[in-house]
Formats: sequence, C-alpha cells, structure tokens
Amino acid sequence: MSHSFFGGVHPAEHKAATEGKPIVPMEVAPSQVVLPMSMHVGAPCKPIVAVGDQVTAGQKIAEPAGLGAPIHASVSGTVVAVEARPHPGGGEVMSVVIENDGQDTFASELTPHPDYQSLSAQEIVDIVREAGITGMGGAGFPTHVKIQSALGKVDTIIINAAECEPYITSDHRLMLEHPQEIITGVQILMQCLGQSSAIIGVEDNKMDAVKVLEETLQGKNTGITVMAAKTRYPQGAEKQLIQRATGRQVPPGGLPADVGCAVFNVSTAYAVYEAVCLGRPLIRRGVTVSGDGVVNPCNLLVPIGTPLQHIVDQAGGLKEDVAWVLMGGPMMGIAQYDLSAPMIKGTNALTCMTAAEHAPVVEDPTCIRCGKCIEVCPMHLETMYINMYTTARRYEETDKFHVTDCIECGSCAYTCPAGIPLVQNIRVAKTQLRALAQKAKS
Amino acid sequence: MNTLSVSSSPHLSGKLTTRRLMLDVLISLVPAMAVAVFFWGPRALTLTLVTIAACVLFEYLYRKLMKQSNTVGDLSACVTGTLLAFCLPANAPYWLAIIGAFFAIVIVKQLFGGLGKNFMNPALAARCFLFSYPTLMTTWAAPNVNLPVIGITDEYVSTISAATPMAAMHNGLLPDATLQQMFVGQIGGCLGEVSAAALILGGIYLVVRKVISPRIPLWYIGTVAVITFLFPMGGQDRLEWMLYSVLGGGLLLGAIFMATDYVTSPSTKRGQVIYAIGCGVLTVFIRYFGSYPEGVSYSILVMNAFAWMIDKAGKPHRFGTPHFWEKSKAKEGAAK
Repeated sequence: MSHSFFGGVHPAEHKAATEGKPIVPMEVAPSQVVLPMSMHVGAPCKPIVAVGDQVTAGQKIAEPAGLGAPIHASVSGTVVAVEARPHPGGGEVMSVVIENDGQDTFASELTPHPDYQSLSAQEIVDIVREAGITGMGGAGFPTHVKIQSALGKVDTIIINAAECEPYITSDHRLMLEHPQEIITGVQILMQCLGQSSAIIGVEDNKMDAVKVLEETLQGKNTGITVMAAKTRYPQGAEKQLIQRATGRQVPPGGLPADVGCAVFNVSTAYAVYEAVCLGRPLIRRGVTVSGDGVVNPCNLLVPIGTPLQHIVDQAGGLKEDVAWVLMGGPMMGIAQYDLSAPMIKGTNALTCMTAAEHAPVVEDPTCIRCGKCIEVCPMHLETMYINMYTTARRYEETDKFHVTDCIECGSCAYTCPAGIPLVQNIRVAKTQLRALAQKAKS
Repeated sequence: MNTLSVSSSPHLSGKLTTRRLMLDVLISLVPAMAVAVFFWGPRALTLTLVTIAACVLFEYLYRKLMKQSNTVGDLSACVTGTLLAFCLPANAPYWLAIIGAFFAIVIVKQLFGGLGKNFMNPALAARCFLFSYPTLMTTWAAPNVNLPVIGITDEYVSTISAATPMAAMHNGLLPDATLQQMFVGQIGGCLGEVSAAALILGGIYLVVRKVISPRIPLWYIGTVAVITFLFPMGGQDRLEWMLYSVLGGGLLLGAIFMATDYVTSPSTKRGQVIYAIGCGVLTVFIRYFGSYPEGVSYSILVMNAFAWMIDKAGKPHRFGTPHFWEKSKAKEGAAK
C-alpha cells in the first residue's frame, strides 16, 4: 500500500544534534508558569480560579467556553495573577499565572483506568476531554471533539509520527523511550472508534523508532502496523499523511473524517494513554530545543506554561549570535519576539537560529516564473500566480486559484530561487479574502 | 543578547538562487561553444563575448538611466547574450551583434519591466529583428574555416560560405552532410546550433541539475519527430528524413535552451506539454509551407505569446476534488 503525495521538498534535517538526547526533566523547575486561556483551536477558556488560590499540579483551572479543552495547573502553588500576558502565537491573551511552590503536589479528578478495555467510547471521550488533551503536533484541535466527530464515520486510524520538520526530535525520542505506552494509547483510540487496525506513519529517517515499535508489536495481535515512509517534507501534514497512507484526498475545506480517516499525533496518543491509564491530565510534554543559536541542544520534559526564556536557559542559554527563536520547527514555526511568553500544549520545539542558518532575506525579489513553487506544492496550487495577483492587490483573483486550500507548509518559499516570501504573501491574500467576505456579509 | 528577528515562516531556504540557475545555464552552453570554436576558431568565442558584454552593458546603462536597481548580478543578461550569439552566423559582424543585444535587452526585456516580465524570449526576438539584415544573417561560414578575429569582409565571407542543411530540406531533398556530421556539428549554420551532441550534453546537465524539466524539450522534439516521420517531404525515407529534421537547423538549441526559458513558457505541467506540442507543430508547418527554411524561432516566439493563456488551460487538478474522468462517475452516483 503506497500512495505518494505530490511535490514537497527535502530540507537538510538538522536532527543529529538532539536525536540521541533522551527527554529529561529540566534541572531547575520554573518559578512561575503562565497558562494562556487559548492553547487550542476554538474559543478561549474561562478561568475558574482567582488570585490567591492554592492549586495542585493537575488541578483544573479553566473550563472551555464553546469549542475547546479544559486547562490544568502544571505545577503546584499559588495563583498570583489572572491577566493578559504575551502569547507565543502573537499578541496578549488572558492567562492564569501560578507561582511554583516547588513541591509538585499532584492531585487530579481523573481516575486511573489501567483496565481501559471495560470503558465505553463515551467514557473515553469524557476522560480525554477532562484531561484537556489537544492535538500536540501544533494546530491544537481539541482531541475529544476530533474523536466525537469521527465516531462511526471512520474506517482508518492514522497515528502521525512523521515529524517531518527539520530540527525536531521530541516525537522520535518519545517513540524510542515509551513505545509500549504509545501503543496502549493507540489501542485506546482504536477501541473508542471501534476499529481493529491503525497505521503509525513514521518517516524512514527514524528507522530505529520503526524497529522499536515493531519489536514492541511483535507477537501481539494488535492490528497496528508501522508505515515507514520515505522522508519528504511535508509528510506530517495531515492531508499529505492521509494521502500517503490511504491514497485518499481530503476535499477542500473538509476534515479527515470526510474521507473516513482520523489522524492523531503520536504525542497525543501518549497523552491519551497517560490520561486514561494513569489518570494524568495533559500538564507537561517533551520539547526539542535545538538550532545553532542555543548552547546545549536537547530534549526537555517541560510543564505546560513554562516561559520560553526558562526553557532556553535550561538548555544552556542562547548564544550571542542567535537571531530567531521559533516556536516549532523552521518550516512552520512562529518567530518569537518576547521570551516571557510561555510554551503551550502544541509546542513541540523551540528552534533557535542564527542569521547564518536562517533563510536569507532578499530585498526586492523578482519572480522569474520558473514554476518551481508549482512543482513542489503538495496542495496542487499555482503559487506563482497567487503571488502575482497578491502583489498586484487583486485579492479576489486569488480565490480562483484556491488560495484558501494552502496549508502554509512553506515548500514553495523554501524552493523559490528568487527568495520571494510566498507564504507571507499567501497569508496576506487569505486575510484580505476573509475581510472581503466579511464586507460582503455586512 | 541580540534583539530577536521576526519574520514569516518558512525560516529555511534551499540553495537555489536565480544567479545559480543562470550560471548553470551558462555552464550547459559551454560544450556548444567549444564545438563552435573547434570548427570556426576563436572568432566564435570573441563574437559571443562581444554579445554578452553588449547585453550586460545595455542592461546596466538602461537601469542606471531609469534609476532602477542594478540587476547585472543575476546573470540573466549573460544568458541572453550567449543565446543571441548562438543564433548568429559565426562570421556575423560585431556591430550586428551589438544591435541585436540592444534590441534584446532594452526593447524586449527592460521596456516590459526587466527579468520575469518580458513576454518573448529576448534572444530569439532579437534574432528575428536582425533579419532586417537578411544577407548577413543567412550567410554561414562552412565548418573548418578558421575565421579571422577581426577584419571579416563581405568578399571574404562569400568565398567561405556554405549552405545549411535546412536549405536542401526546404526543397524536399536530403542535405549533403551525413548524419554523423549533423550529430557532431560539422555543418554550416548558426554559431551555437550546429552540434547536436554538444546541445544534448548541455540539456542533460540542465535536467540533472534540475534547472529545467525535460518535459518541454522532449514533447517539442517528439512532436517534430512524429510529424516528420509520418509525412516526409519529397518521398524521402521516413526515418532518415525524421533524423535530419530533428538534428538540422535550430531545433535542439531552440527546444532545449529557448523554449524552456522560464519567463516566456508556461509553468504548469499540462501547460508545458500543450506549449511544446504547439512549438513542434508550428516548426514543421513553417519548415514545410513557409517561405523560410527554418521555423524554430518563429514558432517559439508565437507560443511565447500564448504562455499565460496556456497556463489557464493547464490548471492543476484541485486537491481533494474528483479528476475530470471521475466527475461523470460522481454525477451518475448523485443521480442514483
């Protein structure tokens, strides 16, 4: 079963610096954690604690208002502020700030269910919701909503362990260190969705992880298969991974469930295991800190809400010549300007880049119509023409080129010989189209 | 610590630059240049260098005069210069090359906005403009004549000129040259078009370096091959006629280096196929029915003008929607 996706690029992987480094707890715990009410796709949560309250690690501190997932304290201590704080996605977001008492007193409303086989689908969905699990590959869609909307509609479960972004190795390490837990997590998801099989998609630059998973699966009749896919970016993009595993294409504006698929990140599967079997809500995760701009590239186990400055300090600090700190990898990561912003549930990496390893910024780039952006676009878009109409400010034309289908993987801008900021221009077009649609409505 | 920079993702870029692509094109033209020097002496090289220098100078002066950025560094003017020299006879006077360079760079390229904005291949358009001097453009030195670097007179040229294979083929006859001579380039013709072997070598380099996809050259040459095989002129042997048609004239130079010009060719896969077939059909039509023995330049220029329109027809399949051959099935399904 092999269905390649179209296009893509193969950037230098830069994974060697951290792929041999186990995920270890930070030596010094953060003195404060900042928990933004927005860590997921959907509406911001409502805080249910007030300044002065004592909280334990694992205690629920915010409830979703609309689409969302609850948020839990990631350390024990005192709530010292409920106010707007810098968010790694940009701007300021209402956040609960907890002063760490250093005790790490843990208490959770969740009950451990090592015998998860006896749980009903709805019970599993409830646990996943109460554990505050959101997609951990970056987008942060609430996992219980994903499962709920997929119930009865899917015939294929795909576990996304592609980790196609350069520099990042946190999922890779997780697979090496906790294969059994991951597989249990996958089995819980299979049971919940009533499926007898699942596919774990791994890129073939992580054959050691493939081997460990296969050894763990050996002799057990789990129905889980490991798919080692040839390394190519963006294999880990949801639509491309579905195409790679099943040959199906998610329709424009559609969801994986529309083609009978449910895709979960491998870290999400691990979080599901922790929530169901151990009764632990999502309050910490593995984060890769890498790049030439950081002193000791490493993988750290970080409480959610830890300020970015504290994380890079635990990795030996930033070097003098660091120029960019990205939340996420270099292809889709968000550039940070204020390291007091915290890491959130979807933060799988901090990439600290020097000017030398970062893409050069070209003044006044000229399109030579080489069409390489079209040749690499995994969404079959005519990026070149979208860019032309965007720079000419004829945004309504870009709609005819399906600009809204763009997944912003960055393959086009990566490959562009002229150095045109294609993804940036596409974002401009999308924003302008939304504005035009709003205007048309009112 | 420094202040942090903020910019849109992606934060990595590949090694490809416009300059690198142009440099690769120049490298790929070296074998053809070497063959020209072998058959006509250093004069072939000096003519090419003069054309390049003129192109670079005109680009520099025009942009300086118009208070625009200096774009000489992207090497595209060097590529235009080399290609223009390649479609001149090796014995063409220097001043002719300089006029051609002016037309290519100033009229065709810069007046439309510079690199990426011109709608015709500058070198080819200039070549066609230079046919205002028909005698100079259609008097070709025979191979193995060591041309003097300076001081070529009309009288001298008349003593060393030879007909190109295309002249015979225009009348439905096979040329005197053997196929081996055609392949190596031991024939009369423009400076850079004679040696099929050198041009194919350059083409392979471009494909291996991923500068061009082989799509346009293969469909273009393939179209010419199929038509000439099916309809040979003058009752000639099909296979022989086809081989002479493919190796003769500017077909290989045009198909590999001119028709693949990024700026003036379609960028979609399907568009490139349509464009290349169009080039092939027009080339054979002009060769068979035109008053001219050679049709490569005109057919490429005509298809250049359609490049954007063809891209509209070449729209890629939208991700996640049925292919056109599935649409009828989907409709049937809906009807049920």
